[in-house]
Amino acid sequence: MLEKALQGEPRYWGWLVLLLVGIGAGFGAYSVQYQQGLSITGMSRDVSWGFYIANFTFLVGVAASAVMLVLPYYLHHYKTFGRITILGEFLAIAAVTMCILFIIADLGKPQRVNNVLLHPTPNSVLFWDMIVLNVYLILNLVIGWTILGAERKELPPPKWVKPLIYLSIPWAVSIHTVTAFLYAGLPGRGFWLTAILAPRFLASAFAAGPAVLILLAMLVRKLTKFDAGKEAIQTLAKIVTYGIILHIFFFFLEVFTVAYSQIPSHLTHLKYLYFGYHGHGGLVPFMWTALFCGFTAITLLVVPQWRKNEGLLGIAAVLTFICTWIDKGMGMISGGFVPNPLHEVTEYAPTGLEMLVTLGVYCVGALVLTVLYKVAITVKEYEELGGAAPAPH
Amino acid sequence: MQIKDRPIIIAGILIFLAIFTFPLWSAMGKTAPEPKVELPKDVKECVAPKDYMRTSHMQLLNEWRDSVVRDGNRVFVAFNGKQHNMSLTSECLRCHTDKAKFCDQCHNYTGVNPFCWDCHTYPKESK
Amino acid sequence: MMAFNRRDFLKIAGLSAAVGLGGQTAWELLLPGHLDAAEMPAASGLTAKRWGMALDVKKFTPAVRQACIGVCNQSHNVPKIDSKQGLKWIWEAGYEAAFPDLEAEYVEDEIKEMPFLVMCNHCDNPPCVRVCPTKATFKRGDGIVMMDMHRCIGCRFCMAACPYGSRSFNFHDPRKFLPDPAPNKDYPTRTKGVVEKCTFCTERLAVGKLPYCVEASQGAMLFGDMSDAGSAPRKALRTRYSIRRNAALGTNPQVYYLI
Repeated sequence: MLEKALQGEPRYWGWLVLLLVGIGAGFGAYSVQYQQGLSITGMSRDVSWGFYIANFTFLVGVAASAVMLVLPYYLHHYKTFGRITILGEFLAIAAVTMCILFIIADLGKPQRVNNVLLHPTPNSVLFWDMIVLNVYLILNLVIGWTILGAERKELPPPKWVKPLIYLSIPWAVSIHTVTAFLYAGLPGRGFWLTAILAPRFLASAFAAGPAVLILLAMLVRKLTKFDAGKEAIQTLAKIVTYGIILHIFFFFLEVFTVAYSQIPSHLTHLKYLYFGYHGHGGLVPFMWTALFCGFTAITLLVVPQWRKNEGLLGIAAVLTFICTWIDKGMGMISGGFVPNPLHEVTEYAPTGLEMLVTLGVYCVGALVLTVLYKVAITVKEYEELGGAAPAPH
Repeated sequence: MQIKDRPIIIAGILIFLAIFTFPLWSAMGKTAPEPKVELPKDVKECVAPKDYMRTSHMQLLNEWRDSVVRDGNRVFVAFNGKQHNMSLTSECLRCHTDKAKFCDQCHNYTGVNPFCWDCHTYPKESK
Repeated sequence: MMAFNRRDFLKIAGLSAAVGLGGQTAWELLLPGHLDAAEMPAASGLTAKRWGMALDVKKFTPAVRQACIGVCNQSHNVPKIDSKQGLKWIWEAGYEAAFPDLEAEYVEDEIKEMPFLVMCNHCDNPPCVRVCPTKATFKRGDGIVMMDMHRCIGCRFCMAACPYGSRSFNFHDPRKFLPDPAPNKDYPTRTKGVVEKCTFCTERLAVGKLPYCVEASQGAMLFGDMSDAGSAPRKALRTRYSIRRNAALGTNPQVYYLI
């Protein structure tokens, strides 16, 4: 099937070349980091995780959100999602690929990463995160590829793939839960020490992932003959609506507990993020932007006429993405480290090289996504045309 | 596969083979100088028999490393009953005084680059 | 020489001998050769069931504090990097930074203004050890929380887990910030990409000496076996009021501050 990714129009190849340029830039920046160590990043003794881990966390959510398509389609036989479930599964593959690259980019000694397998340590959440992420990647590859292959041959998918699909549903929840456990079990970090961290992560993921899918489906419709269908997009929109409302609701649950109890080791982080702390407030404008985007998205999504207007829906999807990305990609990691356990403030901002490495990883993800979508959409287009032979090249 | 693709495919395979075998043909005709290992003059026995040290000193050093750092052991009782302090810089280099004339000889010849020296300082080495 | 800690490789070693392959054969390269040897701690080493420390805070003068910090940095080749990416094994922290959980509006002037020496607490229940994915940081039998720099992959999970800010990461190649040769040629430097911290001077205990800072403290730091009621820190703790850094987190820190 992969050969379908080798045929395309000039704009397809142009896009791939553009992505390769981005990957090259990221790789160049990474080789500087490899030579000079993580000193080229904005991370510090106090804020020891930064942009890489934040983006990793966000993308684990995007990967997990594939379950929002798989579950209705396979568990509830919601046929409308039949056409786009594969897009969700392939988005998950691209997202997990990026997650793994972000982890590697963040390691001080990437050449020793095998030590995690050579000295397996079940009491470390990172050990479990490695397992759930890799298994999730394999599950989605096997399921997506098998089902698409069967579809191409116009055969029903093989029976053995069913149990794997059922397994992939709780597994999707597990990847983001375990990722939340990375943070939620640390005794000295009041911002993360909350049982609602995993639900918060999942809610924002179930908003962000389907929002990305809505935008991708709109883009695919514009660029190819494949149309996901209005109804499928509208159902995704409803999922985003519930997701973003839950995300904001859970955020306020956290705010209440922290603000009403007024325990400083929990409260100071929120103060830093939303009002600034001891004269440091680098993230304040971003955090309020996120809240503003979240509320605007909710407004656009809850009113049925607005949600059904695809132009407004597109805007709501973009706003949802911005809201959840700032929340996880900027606030969630820095917020936990500032102030540090000694109540000292060291702020964090990524450096240019750090952002370039990040860009490179996103370009790898976009490349994987493009190639996989190209294969899937070529198969779907062929079906669309009622089995007519594809245009000769 | 279409017939007109054949030259491209064959060219691709040839390029791949050329790159893949680069380490073989790039050194053709050249011979690296044989390692000249300088042995200590006054000491005759190492911490293990010579044959063992030649083939397996890296395992021994890894073993020493784990034993010292992780188990808090410091003393190695050798095959001949002699006791040694398990330390690269203060024990191995006590007899093999010049890293360049001992360690580096074979390591350079075989193209290995052990990372011991990234941290363990060699007294005479001015880096 | 009874309780040798013979390791697996010494045992499987017999295999190649049993097969009758001596000397340099292909087998030798695959399997380590027969080696009749053993490993054990040095006889002169200091041992304990549970190492710990008590700092008599009012005995410290600025000069003593600087001596403790200086000798540690010098002896462990800890580079001085004046940025937020620096490294600290033992350092000075004000009362509010060292004891944020014991925040009090009104405290004895001397205490409120005094810098405290802080370091790794060698917790009895260390969160850093719990989270490490490779056992690169681990708790030894004598309670010391140790770092294996050879194994650390630099994920910095331990830094997020430590509630005392006791861990430092080598963002830079530390040798770039050290004189050549390094201040103490008998102690290794580190390499970029690994985490480091105070080790209670395991290298000194192994040869029967007390940690450098304790030696430099002129009696202000009491180091000993916390499981031994007769040890110097235990004796002092029985008669004096003491505090620990954020013990409410359940980490059970083993560094006490005598007030």
